[in-house]
Amino acid sequence: MAAPGGFSGTDFKQEEAFFLGFTRAQFLAFIAMVAFIVISPFFLYPVFLMKLLCFALFACAFNLLIGYVGLLSFGHAAYFGMGGYLAGHAAKVWGFTPEVAILIGGAVGAVLGLAIGWIAIRRQGIYFAMITLAFAQMVYFFAVQAPFTGGEDGIQSIPRGKFLGIVDLSSDMAMYWMTAAIFLIGFLLVHRIVHSPFGMVLKSIRENEPRATSLGYRTDDYKLLAFVLSAGLAGVAGGLKSIVFGIATLTDVFWTMSGEVVLMSLVGGLGTIFGPVVGAAVIITMQNYLAEFGAWVTVIQGAIFVLCVLAFRRGVVGEIGNWLRVRL
Amino acid sequence: MEEIFGIPTPLLFGQLLLGLINGAFYALLSLGLAVIFGMLNVINFTHGAQFMMGAFVAWMLLNYLGIGYWGALILAPLIVGFTGVILERTMIARLYKLDHLYGLLLTFGVGLIIEGLFRNEFGSSGLPYRIPPELAGAWDLGFMFMPIYRGWVVVVAIVMCLATWLVIEKTKIGSYLRAATENPALVQAFGINVPRMMTLTYGAGVALAAFAGVLAAPIYSVNPQMGSNLIIIVFAVVVIGGMGSILGSVITGFGLGVVEGLTKVFYPEASSTVIFVVMAIVLLARPAGLFGRS
Repeated sequence: MAAPGGFSGTDFKQEEAFFLGFTRAQFLAFIAMVAFIVISPFFLYPVFLMKLLCFALFACAFNLLIGYVGLLSFGHAAYFGMGGYLAGHAAKVWGFTPEVAILIGGAVGAVLGLAIGWIAIRRQGIYFAMITLAFAQMVYFFAVQAPFTGGEDGIQSIPRGKFLGIVDLSSDMAMYWMTAAIFLIGFLLVHRIVHSPFGMVLKSIRENEPRATSLGYRTDDYKLLAFVLSAGLAGVAGGLKSIVFGIATLTDVFWTMSGEVVLMSLVGGLGTIFGPVVGAAVIITMQNYLAEFGAWVTVIQGAIFVLCVLAFRRGVVGEIGNWLRVRL
Repeated sequence: MEEIFGIPTPLLFGQLLLGLINGAFYALLSLGLAVIFGMLNVINFTHGAQFMMGAFVAWMLLNYLGIGYWGALILAPLIVGFTGVILERTMIARLYKLDHLYGLLLTFGVGLIIEGLFRNEFGSSGLPYRIPPELAGAWDLGFMFMPIYRGWVVVVAIVMCLATWLVIEKTKIGSYLRAATENPALVQAFGINVPRMMTLTYGAGVALAAFAGVLAAPIYSVNPQMGSNLIIIVFAVVVIGGMGSILGSVITGFGLGVVEGLTKVFYPEASSTVIFVVMAIVLLARPAGLFGRS
């Protein structure tokens, strides 16, 4: 499936782990990212940054599948959106504290991922993409009809609440630090998964599934677990987003959202650790500036898709890494 | 009033007819997808947008040039098919050597561009398209009223599917096509221009989508989203049927339309999800699809 230079980031020769499993270049990039996260809220609008971090986490979760297992899920909006709905419902109706609500969102994403992934991994390649898309559409129709989602109105005025029942999150800065912490935990978790023995097996499945099978790995189990982890993280990202913005709507379960997360990962660089973060930053910033142009946003997103696929398959981070001859 | 299973017959047959009509569109679109996939190994995500373009071109032909339904039925597929040829030559042809998923991503992006452009120009609310006077009105079948246009759609769709099947299975061009699907290098070695065949196949598949779009224009309102909502269901249809056989995708298309129609009668809440449930069951029992070879 993924031939050399195929559907994933370029793997240069395995470099020495420098710190926390990062190579030296990755570690420097990580420090730069953390520094940006710490400093930026003093210069940029925190709500915008929180949106960016939610989507960056979502894109990291998606990239875990496409970049490291080679599975293109075209239905990640289902886990993101449903995680958002359930987190919102838990915070608003059941009165849970925000961290519990977000965890519930993640659990919903994971359970949904288990059900859908269990069926979808029976097929590969484009069939896998079509199946995940179809199931996500089914989840969307469910969200339209189910009473707790509020249909077209969505769940509104979800309280941010108090972290652990103590720290009031109603100020944007307090909420920002919690969002940043959750993002970093999720980011490091993906990094850890990718560099674990489990992650190595995933990459071998990406490169040559029959051979991984012949080595005695039950590839379906590995794929399913990766799918569940990815869906769970997407659920966390969705839950976080509805707590931050106090609203969960149909937009987040619709197929366009699935397309957006694909676009973010593609722009940033599939199969790179920092790519999804950069891609999310690019796309969210673009949407922010182009919001007034209405349907042109769709046109421009489509054009970026086409451009990336035709001329720019490594994405921003992949190109930089290729230029510097390092893996990012 | 007569009843079957406690359901008034007009309601039952009305929904059956609606199901057949939806099935006609599922069949036409999944047929086009299957033909393109067989030859190009690309899942054409732009298919929904091209279906929508067919309807819009019909509307434009009528409102800008005064060309009516019958002219549009021939011209719109040609025009949209031609845009497909250009798309294949300029973009899709560059991706054949890469992972198939790139073809999916590219055509998805092109679909977004087309849909966005049409939404900019025409807005999201639908435009009306009149049923041609020759096909207006309804027949009284005794047990129900049958709008003539709806019957026409079902009949034309079946004829179109059969014609496609005949071309592919029974003509010389079709045999080239089947051979090139199996082994393009060998067919090329026999002196047949395979790249051009791929271009024309894509154009023909797109024209089929546009033809379905013209058929749909008088039934659904002509709006930029009419294709994207449909194409996801068609993907499910394709997964259920498997893309191995032409007749398979036609039968699956009509069959699922009818299943959907019946669900509307007996359990309306599930009507929008029933096809996806069928897909799940088929994947569990026969992962390659009902007519697929894996």
